[in-house]
Formats: sequence, structure tokens, C-alpha cells
Amino acid sequence: MEALLEVSNISVSFGGIKPVDQFELHLQAGELVGLIGPNGAGKTTIFNLLTGVYTPSEGYIKLDGKTISNLKSYQIVQQGIARTFQNIRLFKSMSVIENVKVAFNNRLSYTLPDRLFNTPKYKAQEEWLHNEAMELLKIFDLQDDANEISMNLPYGKQRKLEIARALAVNPKLLLLDEPAAGMNPQETVELMNTIKLIRDKFNITILLIEHDMQLVMSICERLVVIEYGKIIAKGTPDEIKHNERVIAAYLGE
Amino acid sequence: MEKKKFNPTITFIVAVLGSYIAFIVCMQQGIINNYISGIIVSILINVIMAVSLALVTGYLGELALGHAGFMAIGAYGAAITTMHLELPIYIEFPIGLMFGGMLAAIVGVIIGIPALRLRGDYLGIITLGFGEIIRIILNNMKITNGARGLSGIPSYSTFTITFFITAITIAILYKIINSRTGRAIVAIRDNEIATDCVGISTFYYKTLAFAIAAFFAGIAGGLYAHYHTVLVPSSFDFMQSIEILIIVVLGGMGNLFGTIIAAIVLCTMNEVLRSFSEYRMIAYSLVLIIMMICKAKNITFTSLKAKLTNKKGA
Repeated sequence: MEALLEVSNISVSFGGIKPVDQFELHLQAGELVGLIGPNGAGKTTIFNLLTGVYTPSEGYIKLDGKTISNLKSYQIVQQGIARTFQNIRLFKSMSVIENVKVAFNNRLSYTLPDRLFNTPKYKAQEEWLHNEAMELLKIFDLQDDANEISMNLPYGKQRKLEIARALAVNPKLLLLDEPAAGMNPQETVELMNTIKLIRDKFNITILLIEHDMQLVMSICERLVVIEYGKIIAKGTPDEIKHNERVIAAYLGE
Repeated sequence: MEKKKFNPTITFIVAVLGSYIAFIVCMQQGIINNYISGIIVSILINVIMAVSLALVTGYLGELALGHAGFMAIGAYGAAITTMHLELPIYIEFPIGLMFGGMLAAIVGVIIGIPALRLRGDYLGIITLGFGEIIRIILNNMKITNGARGLSGIPSYSTFTITFFITAITIAILYKIINSRTGRAIVAIRDNEIATDCVGISTFYYKTLAFAIAAFFAGIAGGLYAHYHTVLVPSSFDFMQSIEILIIVVLGGMGNLFGTIIAAIVLCTMNEVLRSFSEYRMIAYSLVLIIMMICKAKNITFTSLKAKLTNKKGA
């Protein structure tokens, strides 16, 4: 079976530093994979490479067999990769539901003239949009906050809203950058269940960065460990737990 | 949510027709004389300028200091068209206005493509520069009659025409803002990187907003030309852009209704305080400072109203 995402030996360098060096990754459709590593290992840089924020200086990235490493960010999203951010980036002044609606933009096709004359096409699409957006919010238990300004949400809900917004673009692959950061243990457990749920419900592939080892070990099927931009271990959570390189990287030798 | 919602379209049409009839009645009764109705026309032109700039500065969140330049293009474009066409007013005036607006929009796109790569102060400076370039080009072209300006432009911008064009402009901008285009534009203001990461081409929407704003500034220019009947490039200088920007800032940056009110209040004040016109800039800066303090402390009309009603309740 051909991989959904094929990352082949990508590297990037800023000046003399190589935050990502010969990184490779193959994701099958429907997998839930964790990307872990000590602070500064280059995890977020890999996400930035996958989403077109940086262009790899070597290697290539293929999604569904199509090379995407030379596309711009918004084009990569249109190909089917959505992401969340480590430091939350919501549309602060907009309401919760508007945040999600923005992300539906590419799935709507009405034009400005349609809007100016309130054509049936516009009305039908906006109605569909509203229902879809509410459905998404329900999955994350945000439906009661739909008209709240997103900036006023508590932190945990802001994180959930970011995931909801990412799902709204209808991705094949979802990249979660520390989804549980700043959440309390109970919220983390809830989030773990939600992540599993959306993987099955939307039939998508998920790659996540996380520092909460309990979360990572319990939901990921495979793990990739990196240090200084290089892969040091790959395997199931159990294999990683007992891998000496990984223990050394985290605890020192 | 429980509150009964008014249909915005019907409310708007009623408000527009109501105020139009009120104005017409006042004019016929002689309460509003020719001098005042002339002032009302220039206020309406400023309203169009302000709401179009509000799209770029308020909703898109980009500082643009060259709006008068687009107005100038529209004014000259429309004036030259109607002066050269020998057609009845109801044919040549719409053609002239559309031509002026389209010309301004095209220049807006041409300027926008390089300029919108920049943000914040840098974009402000480059649009300021482009605005001045437009003015200087107009100053040196044969067809615009250089610094002496154009005269003998037909006087087409009556109260009725200007009033309805203003109403249509507001309606169109309101609809644009409340559509997927508007959502994308506000998203760019809130967080450009996140907008990119939900698959929206920020560059496309920025250029689009810039072009729409330039188009309406061009229409306003066309009305201006056919109201004053003479055009000189120096009336579209940097200060003109600033005055429009002040209206948008006072209107609350990203509030269409507030922008309209601010345009009406400021332009009326200008006329009332004509005899103190040299102190106008002092008044402007004072108002701006008050505005900034209010903004920093989050004082808005809504919060003031909430405070007052709370007191009554207690």
C-alpha cells in the first residue's frame, strides 16, 4: 500500500545550523503517530516544513503521491494537510463559530455577486456551513460557546477550537503541535479520547507532537523520536520505552 | 439569541428611504437651503471614502495612507469621460463613474501587488508614496491639464444621485464584510499565519480588499468631480488621505456603522467650525488621543451603555 505521506530525507539549514537533518517518515492512511524528542530537537520545524512555512533544502515531501514540498502554505492545506499551533493562533476578535467558518472557505464556492444578490446558492451554502460548523463544535463540546468571542475562552477550550478549525478544512492529515500543552490531567484524558474519536470519525491520519508521555504512549500506534534534528529511534511505544538511546536523550547519559 | 431579529435588508431600505424623504421634504420646505444641501453632498462623498478605507484599514487591518490618490484617479477618470462623451447624463454619468472606479481599482491592484508584501508602518509609508506619485503624475499630464486643473466638468452630482450611490456603497460593503470574503479578510487581520494555515491565500484577499476599496474611492472621486465641477491635483494631497483615515479610526476601526457616524460628525464639525479652521488639526489630534485612551481602557458605546443600565438596575 502506498503511503499517504512520504517524507524522504528532508533537511533544512538556517545559516550554519541544521535543525532538521535527513528526516524521513512514512505515514499510512489512518495511522496515529507521535513525534517526540527533547526540547529544541526540531519537532516544530518538521511541522513547519510539512506545512510549507519553510521549504526543505534537500529531499522531498509527497502527499498521496504528489510532491508538495515546493507549494505555498495555503496550497498545501488545499492538498489536505491541516495543523494546529504550539502557541495558539486563533482569530481572536471573531466568535467561536466564525473561527471554524473561516476554515471552511475553500469548501464553499459562492462568489461575491452571489452574495450581493443573495442568490439561492449563497443561502444554501451559508446554511450548510452553519450546520457543519455547529456539528464540528459539538464534537469538541463547544456548541454552547458558539457565539463567544474566541479570545475569551478558557485555555483548554481554545486548544480544542484550534483542532476544530483544523478539521474544518477537511484534511487527510492532521498535524497537532502539543495539543495537550497547558491542560490539566482530566482535560488531557478528555482530549485523548477526542483525538481517537476524530481519527475514526473523519477517517484521517494524525501526526502529533507531545511532551505528555502518558498521552503519547497511550494513544499513538507508532513513535518517531528525534534529537538534534535526526531520528534516533522508531517503533511502538513499548519499544521506545525501553530504547536506550531515547532514555539517554531524555535523561542524559 | 432570544431577541427578535430584524431583517437587516428591510431595516436598511426603510432607513435609507426614510431619511431620503425627510431630506427632500426639508429641502422643499426650505429648512435645508442650497448651501446646506451642498455640504450634505460632500459629507456623503466623504462617507463613501471612509467606508471604503474602513475595509482596508479597519477590517483587513492594514495601514493605507494613499486613499486620496485613488479618489484622484476616479475623479479625473470620470471627469474626462463625461467631458468627452456627448451623451445624455443618465448614460454618460454612470459610464464615467464606472470608468473612474475601475481605473482606480486597476491602479489599486498594480500598487497592491508589490506594496501588500509589506505590513504595518512600512505599508503605510509605501502607500503614502504611491498616493503622492499619483498626484504628481496628474500634475504633469496633458490630458489632466496639469496643475491648472480641469474645469467645466458637468454638474451631475445632485443630492439624490449621491445619496443613493452612498447607500448602495454601504450596502455592498456590508454584504462583502458579511460573506466568506469578509471572514477571510478579518481572519487576516487577526492572524495572518493561521489564515494561511486554513488554506486561504492571504495575498489574494489582501489584494482583493485593496482593489474594492480603491474602486469605491474612485466612485467617490467621480462624484466629487461632478459636484465641484473643477479639479486640481493639489486637492488630493496627503492631508486628504489622513482626514479619511482619522474618520476610520474614530469610527472604531472595523465598524461600518461607526465609520458612517464618524464621517458625518467630523464633516459637520468641519463646516460648523469653519471660522476656526486653522485649529482643526489640534481638535483632530485631541479627539484621536481621547479615542486611543478609550480604546486602551476598552471604553465603548456598548460598555458605557451597559454601565448606565446597570446603575439604573441597582
